[in-house]
Amino acid sequence: MNTNYLPSDFLPIIVQFVLAATFIVVTMIVTHRIGPIRKSKKKDDPFECGIEVVGNARTPISVKYFLVAILFVLFDVEVIFMYPWAVNFKKLGMLGFVEMVLFMALLLAGFYYIIRKGVLKWEE
Amino acid sequence: MKPVEIVKAPDGHSGAGFFASSFDEVIGIARSNSLWPLPFATSCCGIEFMATMGSHYDIARFGSERPSFSPRQADILMVMGTIAKKMAPIVKQVYLQMAEPRWVMAMGACASSGGIFDTYSVLQGIDRIIPVDVYVPGCPPRPEQVIDGLMQIQELARNESLRRRNSDEYQHLLESYNIE
Repeated sequence: MNTNYLPSDFLPIIVQFVLAATFIVVTMIVTHRIGPIRKSKKKDDPFECGIEVVGNARTPISVKYFLVAILFVLFDVEVIFMYPWAVNFKKLGMLGFVEMVLFMALLLAGFYYIIRKGVLKWEE
Repeated sequence: MKPVEIVKAPDGHSGAGFFASSFDEVIGIARSNSLWPLPFATSCCGIEFMATMGSHYDIARFGSERPSFSPRQADILMVMGTIAKKMAPIVKQVYLQMAEPRWVMAMGACASSGGIFDTYSVLQGIDRIIPVDVYVPGCPPRPEQVIDGLMQIQELARNESLRRRNSDEYQHLLESYNIE
């Protein structure tokens, strides 16, 4: 089997890339051109259930929402692991128990850390 | 179980390995069998529509598989229920933001004519603000009637000329509703 490839042997790949890109660009241009278009000020407004548009969608949101979401993920993942562990509690035996305690200790250590950091002190 | 029915091919010329027909026919068939509804439900007719969407009546059998809650991808605006005059601009805005071709179904007595609410606060039929294609009578209509209304719109979509939305007649219709 030939293992020595010249750069020119990879030309078909470039051709394929060019064809793929051309297909995308041409399709986009054609579909924008052939379709019927009816534009107006109201039609181009963002859709907010028919109610007048208020403000911008990209406004800054308080970081507290993000923190709550991350906290949720922490316990969510924990529970995901605890269910199969609880089902196989006897089979996994002492080793499984120790592992789970270790796992929870790690997560709770993190939880203790963020509590000390003041994640739940929203008023400040 | 009944065998699955497939839409019949439109009139056209066929030969070995090819079939030729007009765009009007083919696009009409395609449109009529995949009409996505935008449910605009304000009261009890909306509950009836939920039954129509559910597995028992299953509007998905008619190609309305996906209720679209954004007007951008919707084909039919299904207005169901009493439209108060304060709600009218919202119905109109939703209609305006739908892409062409768009159809409108007024479901139930209230949406069609104001129904029993012949008062100062209720719009006496949504055709005061937007053009309506099919009216479904009833208070509220049964799911069978809604499905029949949908089939009527399918019929409209199947037979609509591709140029209709560019015609002067259609422009006049929109202008009469103050739609650009």
